[in-house]
Amino acid sequence: MTTATNTAMGWSRQDIARKIAADIPDGAFVNLGIGMPESVVNHIPDGREVIFHTENGLLGMGPAPPAGEEDPELINAGKRHVTAITGASFFHHADSFAMIRGGHIDICVLGAMQVSQAGDLANWSIGEADAAPAVGGAMDLVAGAKQIFVATQHCTKSGKPKLVESITLPATGLAVVSRVYTDMAIFDVRNGAFELVELAPDIDLQTLQDNTGAAIIIPGHAEAGKAASL
Amino acid sequence: MIHKLYDSAAAAVADIFDGATVLIGGFGEAGSPIELIHALIDQGARELTVVNNNTGSGHVGLAALIENGRVAKMICSFPRTANSTVFPDLYSRNKIELELVPQGTLAERIRAGGAGIPAFFTATSVGTQLAEGKELRQFNGREYVLEHALTADFALIKCRSADRLGNLVYNKTARNFSPVMATAAQTTIVQADKYVAAGELEPESIVTPAIYVDRIVAVSTPLQESDLVAAGAQYP
Repeated sequence: MTTATNTAMGWSRQDIARKIAADIPDGAFVNLGIGMPESVVNHIPDGREVIFHTENGLLGMGPAPPAGEEDPELINAGKRHVTAITGASFFHHADSFAMIRGGHIDICVLGAMQVSQAGDLANWSIGEADAAPAVGGAMDLVAGAKQIFVATQHCTKSGKPKLVESITLPATGLAVVSRVYTDMAIFDVRNGAFELVELAPDIDLQTLQDNTGAAIIIPGHAEAGKAASL
Repeated sequence: MIHKLYDSAAAAVADIFDGATVLIGGFGEAGSPIELIHALIDQGARELTVVNNNTGSGHVGLAALIENGRVAKMICSFPRTANSTVFPDLYSRNKIELELVPQGTLAERIRAGGAGIPAFFTATSVGTQLAEGKELRQFNGREYVLEHALTADFALIKCRSADRLGNLVYNKTARNFSPVMATAAQTTIVQADKYVAAGELEPESIVTPAIYVDRIVAVSTPLQESDLVAAGAQYP
């Protein structure tokens, strides 16, 4: 990891990956998006068998190979070198996306630019007219996987909330996110609201609400505060 | 007697015509038929519509085909990847057309094309910009968007082994789009790391049956795109 100045409190990226991994049940078939979700693979608790799918055509993706043993024809959806576990299988793209679109993937973990309180996800385009848009498999995954977990920093690099009442960036899918893991907290997206599941140890509720662009619901309590203004 | 083996990549791609639609296998460099693409650059066909998940990297392979002005339109899901500058630059200057398709919809459109299915409904992209202007229909209370099949004049793909009849097996994640592309083109052209006699491939393990393959070129030590990019290579 980098040793760059880290003024942020809350969970680290590895902490977030560990939290997600802890919530993946034994026997699950899981697809991990590019970026922060990729590190979930390193944190599956001992004794739990989780099979990772990568949409370019591998079920049973293993960790990165040792230096010098990379195979350019054995990569993941992020085009990084990976390995295949004992019992892995290879298949073509239409079969791979049938696994996704046919509802066979139990959990997909994706990054986000914005998530709304309705579970709408924006993670593929910033809407710039002259930049080539790129979508990859994100729209297939959100439409087809049984559950969508989002792993993200709570705020953008410029400090704006990523959890909002309504997304303003182009949608990847509507009402698709069921759980959000950030450096500040974990939420269920339920009944059109962000329900707090767990707060990072050094974050207080006011800080959380101030950095969230939608009202936070605490199950069993009234809302923690009114939505921070965007 | 069935005879699909060609002496050279140049001979195998000689009749690709201006304005043709060409499916090109590969996901990034994995499975990219780089020798066939370079032969197509040498051959000179222009105004191509190319279908590939990406747009190539560096200045070799698919990126070089685009850079040499041969491609009028790309149909792909992810035109930006590491070391991919040629397409994004042309696109920003309005010099090339892009049809952006979700990756699974792209694979399924090609599969449908090869299977004689003209169109299908999918939940992918419903509620997004990529469904705008397309027919929507509800089935069992959920909304789906109509997507049309993709077929092509030619497919250029790479495999690990091809037998004399044209049965193919692939290598790991280099398989990706190639088996569906082989089904959806009028003429499917394959570069094989190994060319073997009929019977040497286990019938239960054949991935692409021979009926889908028209031409085979043996390329025993194919170039690796990442090696060329790392070396700063440019084609031609």
